[in-house]
Amino acid sequence: MSDPLIRVDGLTKSFGEAEAAVTVLKGLTLDIAEGDMVALLGPSGSGKSTLLTILGTLMRPSAGSFQMLGVELGDADDAARTAFRNSHIGFVFQFHHLLPDFTALENVVFPAAARRGRERGEDRQRAAMLLDRVGLSNRRDFLATKLSGGQKQRVAIARALMNQPELVLADEPTGNLDRESAAQVMDLLIEINRSERTTFLISTHDENIAARCKRQIHMVDGRIESA
Amino acid sequence: MFYALKIAFRYLTANRAQTGLLIAGVAVGVFVFVFMSALIGGLAVLLIDRTVGDIAHISITPKARDPYVLSASAGSLVAVQKSTEQRELLRTAAAFRPLLLADPDVAVVAEEITGNGFMVKGQAIEPVLFTGVENDQVSAIADIRGNLIAGSDALSLSTMVIGAGLANTLGLSVGQTVKVRSDRGVELTMTLGGIFRLGIASVDDRAAYVSVRAARVLFDLPEGVTRIDLKLNDLKKALVVADRLGAATGLDVVPWQKSNQQLLDGLSAQARSGDLIKMFALVTIVIGVASALLLSTYRRRPEIGIMRAMGASRGFVITVFVVQGALIGLLGGLIGAGLGWLALSPFPPPEMTAGGGLPVDARLGAYDAAILLTTIGAIVAAILPARAAARIDPVEVIGQ
Repeated sequence: MSDPLIRVDGLTKSFGEAEAAVTVLKGLTLDIAEGDMVALLGPSGSGKSTLLTILGTLMRPSAGSFQMLGVELGDADDAARTAFRNSHIGFVFQFHHLLPDFTALENVVFPAAARRGRERGEDRQRAAMLLDRVGLSNRRDFLATKLSGGQKQRVAIARALMNQPELVLADEPTGNLDRESAAQVMDLLIEINRSERTTFLISTHDENIAARCKRQIHMVDGRIESA
Repeated sequence: MFYALKIAFRYLTANRAQTGLLIAGVAVGVFVFVFMSALIGGLAVLLIDRTVGDIAHISITPKARDPYVLSASAGSLVAVQKSTEQRELLRTAAAFRPLLLADPDVAVVAEEITGNGFMVKGQAIEPVLFTGVENDQVSAIADIRGNLIAGSDALSLSTMVIGAGLANTLGLSVGQTVKVRSDRGVELTMTLGGIFRLGIASVDDRAAYVSVRAARVLFDLPEGVTRIDLKLNDLKKALVVADRLGAATGLDVVPWQKSNQQLLDGLSAQARSGDLIKMFALVTIVIGVASALLLSTYRRRPEIGIMRAMGASRGFVITVFVVQGALIGLLGGLIGAGLGWLALSPFPPPEMTAGGGLPVDARLGAYDAAILLTTIGAIVAAILPARAAARIDPVEVIGQ
């Protein structure tokens, strides 16, 4: 059996110090296989977002080990985590978080251009292809502020896929969308997961969304209740 | 770097009103810098022109005849007495003329016999500094002809030209005769041929120009001259030219700077004051750019957080903001320097400024220095906001 894409062992995260410390993640142990599509469920405050943030290398754990692609990232410095994040991890946020002064195409190109320090023609071609794939080929030159909520989220998905990451972390990706747009976004994520074997970890409150994923992880009070 | 430049440019153009105001503020600072450079430089040109314009740029006199001490053993006391047996004269002044005229920096060579004396009219006696020159060299050093207020500058054995202050004190007018007496005790009766006013009290109140022939009689000098005065094409080169001519002639060659140390001290103090004002203008620019970019950093915290989450390094974020600073400095510098040039161009050169006019010199606007220093200043100003931007935690702003 091949190594999992993500291996988490005894992961703990605390905020504050000494008696005022609050432990949000309490010794999580978890493996996620390559090509999996995982729903992360749990009530507010259960630690879903914190886990996603650590797996996205945006935050360091207080204790425990976190490996991705065999690389130990738990104690890596900021520069190493930033470079790794850029190459191997994509993000889709609830509020899309596009750059407002940039067009849809420029937003999608950003992760590749930021890595190389310049925009290559082939990057723009790939970005255009991704926008075409998410059904926005006719919106590529629209400023992000001129797009609807569903369109913005699809641009965010295209941006997350720009550097061909092994892992896409999605935090409530449909939480801010109407039912129809939410269904379209989920269809898109599932189609990408099937066609490219991109691993998805989707944090959600929505049981319907979770039901469409291959696997569900339930978190309660900083611990994994079932996986 | 190119991509950071693109993002920096996009950020600047995204809020045109704010960016326009910021660049306008920088341009005003640069305008002040350029205007002060032109004003301080112009004042210096005007002062030097007014002060040095009517005096010799270099004066050549014989070497002082100080006796040599042949032996002075340790502990011995030696008394040296300066010889006054002979007058200090340039007996072979004419021989130096070709050498002096051959120097490319020398514009005018004027041999002169100078000496002190008195002018007597009735019971009034006024001290006078006589200058004996060839007829065609009356205006060689000071512009006597251009500043005549009465008569002409033609000299003969019995005619002379004097300053307006002296004429006024003695109540003289052109055509009147007056008795002159040199410090050698020789007396002549001369006719007043012309009166000039240079605007320099020490000259207007004491100077009298006579012919060389009259000066030889007055000062009992059958041969030689007492000094050679030079005008240079560029008076700022006087120190260098004086060193060169001193080595070539073996004479005492004194540039105007050595006899006008107070003027130079004043100009130096004025230049320092100007530098201080220019420095304040630059500091204002730096503070303005830094505060504007800090505000921009704060306003763009979510976007910076997104960029960081997308894998943009801290160095990339710093570059975006530093490039913004550089663009603001460069654009503000170019606009400010351009406006400065436009505003200064109509002014005549300080040498031609009429009394009461603003003596600004558009040639001394220091445009390139203003643009360069402003750009560097703006880059330095951007470092603090850039570092603040790079420290933004993406988790904090994405969660908002």
